Amino acid sequence: MAHIVAEGLSKVFGPDPRSVLPLLERGVGKDEILEQTGHTVGLLDVDVTVEPGETFVVMGLSGSGKSTLVRCFNRLIEPTSGTLTLDGTDVLALRPRELREMRRSRMGMVFQRFALLPHRNVLDNVGFGLRVQGVARAERERRAGAWIERVGLQGYERSLPRELSGGMQQRVGLARALCTDPDVLLMDEAFSALDPLIRREMQGELLRLQQELGKTIVFITHDLDEALRLGDRIAVLKDGVVVQVGTPTEIVTRPADDYVKAFVEDVDRSRVMKVRHVMTPLGRDDANAAASQAEGAVLVSSEALLQDVVADVAAAEGPVFAVDREGRPVGSVAARTVLAALARGQRDEPS
Amino acid sequence: MLAFLTQEFPSAWRIPLRSWTNDAVSALVVNFGDVFAAITGALLQLLIRVERFLVALPWWLVVLLVAVLVWHATGRRIVSGVVLAGLMVLVGTFGLWSQMMTTLAIMLVATVFTIIIGIPIGVAMARSDRLKMWLQPVLDAMQTLPSFVYLVPVVMFFGLGNVAAIIATFVYAVPPVIRLTDLGLRLVDPEVVEAGAAFGASERQTLFLVRLPLAVPTIMAGINQTIMMALAMVVVASMIGARGLGQEVLRGLQRGDVGLGLEAGLAIVFLAIVMDRITAGYSRRWDHTAGER
Repeated sequence: MAHIVAEGLSKVFGPDPRSVLPLLERGVGKDEILEQTGHTVGLLDVDVTVEPGETFVVMGLSGSGKSTLVRCFNRLIEPTSGTLTLDGTDVLALRPRELREMRRSRMGMVFQRFALLPHRNVLDNVGFGLRVQGVARAERERRAGAWIERVGLQGYERSLPRELSGGMQQRVGLARALCTDPDVLLMDEAFSALDPLIRREMQGELLRLQQELGKTIVFITHDLDEALRLGDRIAVLKDGVVVQVGTPTEIVTRPADDYVKAFVEDVDRSRVMKVRHVMTPLGRDDANAAASQAEGAVLVSSEALLQDVVADVAAAEGPVFAVDREGRPVGSVAARTVLAALARGQRDEPS
Repeated sequence: MLAFLTQEFPSAWRIPLRSWTNDAVSALVVNFGDVFAAITGALLQLLIRVERFLVALPWWLVVLLVAVLVWHATGRRIVSGVVLAGLMVLVGTFGLWSQMMTTLAIMLVATVFTIIIGIPIGVAMARSDRLKMWLQPVLDAMQTLPSFVYLVPVVMFFGLGNVAAIIATFVYAVPPVIRLTDLGLRLVDPEVVEAGAAFGASERQTLFLVRLPLAVPTIMAGINQTIMMALAMVVVASMIGARGLGQEVLRGLQRGDVGLGLEAGLAIVFLAIVMDRITAGYSRRWDHTAGER
């Protein structure tokens, strides 16, 4: 289980990035720096912690620095300043050989435009990481074959990338990243080049795989819906600065500033908020606890999304109760609070 | 002070490039004669073997081989295979079969030699902008310098004959391989190179697993050009003693035998067409990026 901690990570692009650092420390703005020195600030003082086994989404518009950030994690781009650790190891201090070793065994990466080898078939592409490690052909093909099956591409082992659709190509990209069994999966706009329908399908596929694998995933996207669907936590990036880090619900219900607010304005809250966010919690010996056992009571999971229970709540004749995983009642759900929660987005708007 | 502002170019301004060059060439010939002799000997041995092999092949086998290669290279087009094999037969009917095999042998050796030396130089050039800056004008000079200029020193170093022809052909034909290897490597999709790095490929692995394979179609285009240029040198090379089709063209010229000149000339053209179709075909076939979604 990998644990990534970045502190004060900055990246400046230009002929002499280090010369700009004192200016940054004095708080000189990005635009001024560009004007005075011709340097572009890609990332500014980014602090993020990616917890083991979580899907951490970095969201931002193009030019916000999100692709730069993910490339700093495996040093495809060298940060200008700051610290970065992977399970306590100082990543920025690794020598070239150690860095290659880390990339080979601990990190897999999935690219926006797939970046497959066009002259190699699916089997060779998936086994690319193992080839780089020097794994013998038979072993390579055995392991690659297993992953091809797992992403649902069996029968296409001998196909060339150009013979596959975009969605299938990205399945190859995903299998290639997983084939070396890394702890960390870096996904740079992995589904952005796909049609909306295929994109949803791939998101589902990733969620399914993640349930089985429990990798630490850093997922880059500009698509809020995608971020909300996949992310355990989301970092919103704007002009190289982290504006807010939080769970999808936090981002939607408590945006840190107007920028995030504008971002989440149009989101369908029923797809983000869960029953437990709107229920009235039950005390241990609450009289209502007994009522949940009564006939006609409707039980919904406290972890269910509102969109999945709205119909049940609306149709309920009797009281509605939220239950935890073991089926114990943990809260009562009133139709009125559900409606109020869903409506809040619009009601907040005028303010 | 300004006495040099005369109408005539000042005769005192004389860079003795001529005598420097002559001295240098003589010094090289005298001091490194053994080295040149060794190179000549080795190349000659190689050439003789290739030529003997080609001449010993039954004509129909060569024609069949050409047909199959063209058919395969052009993506299984039977008509192309038959037509181009027909051109080879036509050369045979001119009575120039063995001369063609000799020319083919010289060309093959020169081309292989060019590839072996050209590709590594192209790889180095793609890695270093500074090297590219220095090499570019040298390559330009190699292509534009009239070939007669270096025919004489080549003969002085390597003697008259087929080996001198190979060296002269090499000088003339190596630039496209170098240039297009460099270009092909620089044009490789940076995202794929990045993917290689992300999976921990070393520079060497990136070169051999990613960059070179993706540059193959462009490199093949360079090899194709090299072969065409090598064929363009066939007649010039015959002036320094190369045998084969060029010699027949030269003989036709000297004797005023226009018919012989035409036959030998056509034979060179046919050989060029065949070589072009085969190499251009493979260049296209190996271009996996074409038609990508």
